[in-house]
Formats: sequence, C-alpha cells, structure tokens
Amino acid sequence: MNVILQVNNASLQFDERVIWQNLNFEVQPGEFIALIGANGSGKSMFLKSVLAQQKLTSGSINFLGSKVRRGSTDIGYIPQHRSLDAQLPLTVFDAVRLGLDGHKLGLPLTGAKTKALVTEALIQVEADQLAQKPLGELSGGEMQRVRVAQALISKPKLILADEPLSALDLNHQHVVSELIANQAKKQGAAVIFVTHDLNPVSDYVDRVLYLAKGRYSIGTTQEVMQSDVLSDLYGTEIDVVRSQGRIVVLGAHDHDHHDDEEWV
Amino acid sequence: MDFSDVFNFSDYDRLIPLVANSLWAGVLLALVGGLIGVFVMNRELSFAVHGISELSFAGAAIFLLFGLDVVLGSVVGSLTAALIIAVLGDRSKDRNSIVAVLMPFGLGIGILALALYPGRAANKFGLLTGQIVAVDDPKLASLAVISAIVLVSMVVIWRPLLFATLDSEVAAARGVNTRVLGIVFVMLLGLAVAAAVQVVGALLVLALLVTPAASALRLSKSQLWVPVLSVAFAFVAMIGGILLALGGGLPISPYVTTISFLIYLTARGISFVRGKLEVSK
Ligand SMILES: Nc1ncnc2c1ncn2[C@@H]1O[C@H](COP(=O)(O)OP(=O)(O)OP(=O)(O)O)[C@@H](O)[C@H]1O
Ligand SMILES: [Mg+2]
Repeated sequence: MNVILQVNNASLQFDERVIWQNLNFEVQPGEFIALIGANGSGKSMFLKSVLAQQKLTSGSINFLGSKVRRGSTDIGYIPQHRSLDAQLPLTVFDAVRLGLDGHKLGLPLTGAKTKALVTEALIQVEADQLAQKPLGELSGGEMQRVRVAQALISKPKLILADEPLSALDLNHQHVVSELIANQAKKQGAAVIFVTHDLNPVSDYVDRVLYLAKGRYSIGTTQEVMQSDVLSDLYGTEIDVVRSQGRIVVLGAHDHDHHDDEEWV
Repeated sequence: MDFSDVFNFSDYDRLIPLVANSLWAGVLLALVGGLIGVFVMNRELSFAVHGISELSFAGAAIFLLFGLDVVLGSVVGSLTAALIIAVLGDRSKDRNSIVAVLMPFGLGIGILALALYPGRAANKFGLLTGQIVAVDDPKLASLAVISAIVLVSMVVIWRPLLFATLDSEVAAARGVNTRVLGIVFVMLLGLAVAAAVQVVGALLVLALLVTPAASALRLSKSQLWVPVLSVAFAFVAMIGGILLALGGGLPISPYVTTISFLIYLTARGISFVRGKLEVSK
C-alpha cells in the first residue's frame, strides 16, 4: 500500500520564533503515531499543517502522494477540545451525520443507509443512547465521543486526533483509544494522536513523535522515551522513569513551569 | 385619538383587495425571514442585520431622491453593507464594531436624502417604518425575484452552512469552504433585509429576521422543527400585522412587531414552564 504521509524538511516559525524545523518522516498505512510535547511545542500546528490550514515556513507535506490541500474526506479531524455552540438546533445524530456528508450541497435528508451508518458510528463510541439528545445538553466527555464518531464515520485514511482523551474518564479513554486504533489496524488508516499521557495508548502506539524546543525525535516508544534522547532534545537533564509498565518523564519543562515534573 | 382609529374593521371586505399585494409580500417575507433567521441567530449576526438594514435604508433613500428604483437602491445598500461586514468582520468582535460604525452613518445619509426629497412624507417614512399599501405590482415582482434567489440559495447551501456553523474547523477540514460560505450567507442576508425593508421598514427588520427564529429556538432543538416554527411565527406576525393594520390605517410595523414580540414572550414562557416541569419530575 502507499505511504499515507510524507513530511519533507517541514519547518514552521512565527516571526523569529521557530516552532519546529526540518521534520522528516513518513507515515505508513495502519501506523499509530503518538504526538507528544509540552504546551506550545507546536503539536496542534503540525496537525493544521497536514490539513493545509497552516502554511509551512519551508518544506512540504504530502498526503497520499500529493501536496496537502484544504479539505479532504479522507482525513478525519478531531480538533483540540473546546465547547461547541449549544444553541444550534441539532441532535447528536444530526451532528455525526454531518461528518459523513456535511460538505455536500443540499438539505440534510436522511435515508435508511445514512441512518444505519450513523447508528453504527454512535454504537462504537457507546453513544447510541444519546442519538436524539440536543447537542447543547451533552457533558464534555459525551461531546468528545460525538466528535470522535463524527470524525470516524467516513472511514478516513488518516485520523488527526488532537488530545481526544482530554475530557474523558478512564473507561472512555480506553474506549476511544481502542476505537481509533482499531480503525487504523482494520481499515489501514494512519493515526496521529496528540496526547500528554502515553500510558492509555501504550498498547497501540507504533511510534512516538516528540516535539521540544523547536526540535523533534521520532521512533518507537523504546527508542524515544529514553533519558539521553529527551535530555538531548531539551538540552537539559531529563529522567525517564519506568515503573509498573508506566512511563514518567521528570524534569521536562519548556517554559517556567513551577513543577519540574511532567507526566507524559 | 379614538380607539376605533386603531381597530376599525367595518370596511374590511372592501379593503382586503387593496392589500392583496402586501399579503403576498408578507408570505414571501415570512418564508425568507423565518429561514434566514435560524442561521442569523446561530452565527451571531443579529446586530449585523440591524447594520445592514440601515444601509439598505440609505440606499433606498438615495435612489428615491434621484428618482431611481427604490427596491434596487435598497438592494445596493444592503449588499454593500453585507460585503463590508462579511469581508472585514470575520470574527464576531470585529463585526460588531464595524456594524456599530456603519449603522449611524447609513441612517444619517438616509435621513439627509429624505430631507432633500421633495415628494410626499408618507413615502419617506415608509422606508423606516413600513407602509401598508406600498407594495405595487412591480415592487411585488422584484420582491418575488429576491425571495426566490434567497430561498433557492438557502436550500442549496443549507447542509454545508449547518456544518460550518456547528464547527468551522472540522467543516473546513472536510472540504467546506467556510470563508466563501460565510460571505455568501451574509450576502443572502443582505438580500433578505432589502426585501424586508420594503414592507416593514428599516427600523423593524429584526422583528422579522430575528424574533421568529429566537422564539422557535426556545421551543425546539430539532433541525426540522426550528425552521418550520420560525417560518410559521414570521407568517403569523406578518399576515396578522397586515390584517390588523388594515383596520387602523396605521403603518403595519407596530402590529407586526407587537405580534412577533408576543410570540417570543409566549415561547419563553413555555420553555420556562417546561424547564420547571422537568426539574420537578
Ligand atoms: N498565528 C500565530 N502567530 C504567532 N504564533 C502562533 C500562531 N499560532 C500559534 N502560534 C504559536 O505556536 C506555538 C505552537 O502552538 P500549538 O497550538 O501548536 O501548541 P500545542 O503544542 O498544540 O500546545 P497545547 O499542548 O497547549 O495544545 C504556540 O506557542 C503558539 O503561541
Ligand atoms: Mg494543541
């Protein structure tokens, strides 16, 4: 199968400030990549560059062999959590079906086939009970699951998930991680999954992309999550501690954080 | 003043044919206003509607002064305002300040043009507060054309507009051109405003383009029922207003706005009681 994503010498800076530079890697079908980095390290901007919503300063990104352009039904995007407009007269069902064909002109009339697809997508995120609920009445975590269903319903080739676990309880963190991972394994989709905590997705992660201080490191969890690799990346002493199967990074601070401990 | 001046229905059967055009115009406006209103509410454009209507008034007044077609003047004014708001006011904050700047300017220019206009006073005030017998055949024809353009366009862009309104980032990622769509919608809104100004007048356009949708949103969260209710409320306000105005010979706007407002109060009341019932359940 073809390479999903090719990142060639991609750099991004705002004025003089380098966010990241000379990113070079490829993403294969079925791959699950965890994108990690401190606040402001440019994780969301990387996803936006893949969506062509953010212009690179230099370099290029190719999706399925051609330069990224705005708008594709082959990409499922879950933006970083923020509350949606609660006034809009839409139910959960209506919102998820927009993920299927919301870009097409006309009225959102619903046939049996659409209905089946939406219901299936809702069942996968354990939200089928919510189908007829107005969006405005959802809790933060329920809304997050709806957004996941909306992104996955069109069976995209690439899933860009920006901190999809942030509003979820432990149980739903597993449901959502597993669901997104399954999409990758079964449909051959690639996943770029932004997270601050590797542990809930450790079973699925093929490679870790770590952004820090304008630089990056990519490789398997074993390769990247090492004291010397991260120390080199940050340019200061970093300890990666493994305990009871969990990974904890100590001393990783980009900014003037008060605590010198960050859970990764 | 006698109360029978406000409500006097003795000559009703003789009067109705005189306002047949207005009634048809009312039906068209209810459809257009009710549908557009749903998105006006959700895209936070209520204030923009007001700004557009003042420029629409200015356009109409200037065209009137120079002996040109008033509807065309309205449309030119509306579309100019809509374009400025759509292109410059991408974010809601910018938009509000632009509208606040445009509004008094439009109103001022319009009043100047009216002051210079030598014709009858009724014509002048009609643009601000609406007139009952102002809709002649050519005017009705242009209203029909404008309404048709707006209605057909709304049906065409409905789904992507809904998506973009729900979540513009995700919609853009999926291939919705959110920027163009936003501009197209505000231009359609401009056309709807220009049409509404002809019948209810520039000062009261909100009663038709915002209040019915606001009432509908109080009562339902269904993507089918909200537009249906909104159109129905706009229809009741328009047609009810025209029929009542007929009895009084006053401008139709006070009647339309009052009915529209009463519907809104009722809707709020119902949603309040519903909320209480749900809590006590
Ligand atoms: N238009 C812009 N102009 C200038 N700087 C910007 C612009 N957009 C983003 N930035 C900066 O780019 C940096 C990277 O932002 P980004 O949103 O990618 O961070 P992130 O890694 O996703 O952080 P978080 O964990 O908080 O979500 C931030 O410091 C931000 O301030
Ligand atoms: Mg981010």
